[in-house]
Amino acid sequence: MRVILFLMRKEFLQVFRDKATVFQIFFIPVVQLLVLSNAATFDIKRTSLAVVDEDRTTVSTGLTQRLEGGGRFRVVREQPTTAGVEFALLDREVSAVLRIPHGFEADLVRERHASLQLQVNAEEGASAGIILTAAQAVLADYTRELGMTMGAAGVVRGPVLTIATQGWFNPSRNYKHYMVPAILVSLTTIIGLLLTAQNIAREKELGTLDQLNVTPITKGQFITAKLLPFWLLSLMIFTIGLLIGKFVFGIPTRGSIPLVYLATAVYLVVALGIGLFISTFTNTQQQTMFVAFFVMLIYLLMSGLFTPVDSMPRWAQWAAEVNPVKHFAVILRAVLVKGAGWEVVARPILILAVGGVGILTLAVRKYSKQAH
Amino acid sequence: MNAFAGFVRKEAFHILRDRQTFWILLLMPLVQVLIFGYAVRTDVRDVRIAIVDPTPSTATRALVQRFASSSRFQLMGVYPTMQSLDDGFRSGVLRQAVVLPRDADRLLRGQATLPIQLITDGADPNTGSVMQSYATAIIQRWHAESVVRAGSLRIDLATRMRYNPTLESVNLFVPGLIALVLTIVSAMMTAISITREKETGTMEMLLVSPLHPWAIVAGKVAPYVAMGFANVLLVLGAAWGVFGMPLRGSLVLLLAECLLYILNALALGIVISTSAQTQRTAMIAALAGLLLPTLMLSGFIFPLESLPTPLRLFTNIVPARWFLLIVRGIMVKGAGLATLWQETLILVGMTLALLVLGARRLAIRLD
Repeated sequence: MRVILFLMRKEFLQVFRDKATVFQIFFIPVVQLLVLSNAATFDIKRTSLAVVDEDRTTVSTGLTQRLEGGGRFRVVREQPTTAGVEFALLDREVSAVLRIPHGFEADLVRERHASLQLQVNAEEGASAGIILTAAQAVLADYTRELGMTMGAAGVVRGPVLTIATQGWFNPSRNYKHYMVPAILVSLTTIIGLLLTAQNIAREKELGTLDQLNVTPITKGQFITAKLLPFWLLSLMIFTIGLLIGKFVFGIPTRGSIPLVYLATAVYLVVALGIGLFISTFTNTQQQTMFVAFFVMLIYLLMSGLFTPVDSMPRWAQWAAEVNPVKHFAVILRAVLVKGAGWEVVARPILILAVGGVGILTLAVRKYSKQAH
Repeated sequence: MNAFAGFVRKEAFHILRDRQTFWILLLMPLVQVLIFGYAVRTDVRDVRIAIVDPTPSTATRALVQRFASSSRFQLMGVYPTMQSLDDGFRSGVLRQAVVLPRDADRLLRGQATLPIQLITDGADPNTGSVMQSYATAIIQRWHAESVVRAGSLRIDLATRMRYNPTLESVNLFVPGLIALVLTIVSAMMTAISITREKETGTMEMLLVSPLHPWAIVAGKVAPYVAMGFANVLLVLGAAWGVFGMPLRGSLVLLLAECLLYILNALALGIVISTSAQTQRTAMIAALAGLLLPTLMLSGFIFPLESLPTPLRLFTNIVPARWFLLIVRGIMVKGAGLATLWQETLILVGMTLALLVLGARRLAIRLD
């Protein structure tokens, strides 16, 4: 036990002596959490739209006004011909082009049926879908409005459709409630995993690992002493982040905080254990860094933090089951936002615990005290 | 010049000698693009939805049928009451529910309102709003077709999804991945290789050599330009061959822009390495400092239009943002320099600024 304490003291001294590193490991997460939490939304406020009004009638200008007034579109170009529109779409000056063909009003009056053309820049799939739906909604309202004013006697109108939307667990649809935990998970993982992995690689590179190897310290003691300091540091970063989330972004804490910390404690063992494991088979800091980057990017991008897991193909969804980041994100979101209790998060915590024991066993076994 | 060539050779040997690192650097980006190209999608599919229909009828069954046959939704069940929804949402089995009113069939034939409730798991508001818009579209179409009668007004909207008609995520993702991987790998490579010389003390030996300090930095960076370019070729090859990603614009222009971006990332690495004393600080700055901002502020995952204004202004200094526009412009939209000259000019400017900044800091360090 005393051996572990001494080794831990050495690690702490080494980290805190290096002012640049201390500054980085606290500054980077805080700044990124504060800034990036605002960045994570698919909600497009106003889409820039070009209206090609070849009709030039009351009905067509009315439609343009409804689009502008609805709050979802900003009509940046309004012109009678299609000249230059193609380039505007290519140049991203506008995200969508609505063409109101000549004779639009006349068709509506005479045949009670007319058509419009909408072109959407579909470079970004998800936003294209949202733009289309917003346009359809405006159009549906306008059609109904026109139907009232133009409706001839005896015309049968159907019921008015009202769709009341509700977002459960997050009625104000504040995306920050969802993203702050995600960014917190990412930052804690990145910093913790990197520091742990880099630590042993550095000792290898400098040759001080060999010095440690010839001491009577056991493998278990060594791994524990390497893990614990960074585990504590990561827990500190996590706490700071949680406080920022709570007091700056007002994320709800509906569930039990001890449960959050239990999950975090277990998760950090897994995350740092992965870092340790990486450093057991790499030789230089450079190698360690690239392998750590590789592993981390896969864990982060396939965890459902940023993109929905449900949209991934089956095999990737299965792979996500062994992704610790995914489980930790699920636990955090469930406990903090949905107020879930032990019965919901017991399974993911158990999976994390099994993963932690597994990766540490692997690391201890792989780490050899023999010189290379 | 001879001395410089010799120096570049030395650096190249350094990289080639360490076989493990060499293969990691060469193949890692390719593997990442392959995995993510298959696995990560920003579009929303297979939304697990339930429909609550207290009074089933032909008309409501038509709605159920629409949801069941849509590839975006996965119908989990039709229930008579809302009671079973609560558990489903909490455990995550359900993501969305459509609640029809009692006697929907009768309401549909009447003149009053047809109130429909659409419940979405709001814990994830991002996919939530996408799910909502998809479901709303289906309900609206169903409503429109159920009530079309003689004489009622109808406006059709013919839609064309330009540049990416099938809304393929890969087309959006591959350019983003190229930017992300190039940024981190290039910046990290230079930053670490320069700080390593500092840490081991060999930097001083290099600096007392007759080579100009700039030649030393250029020599250190040159092999990594080649490495980054090899990465680009591999990744683009995979995007084109495996994912069938279009290349509508000029290949030469695309490669030139990639080269420019590699230089930009390497210059960033130089700046990082001039302010970092140890490999640890260099790598935390390169990895922890760049990973999330590049991921989130480049338009890679989240559309930039949706950002709050101060943040949107800030993204202007994120090089990946411009590079992403260029790559997507060339590959997906077939744009040429005529449309992309601004973005290119900005990248050139940024690269020069970073190089000057790196040079000045390097000079200070020499005193």
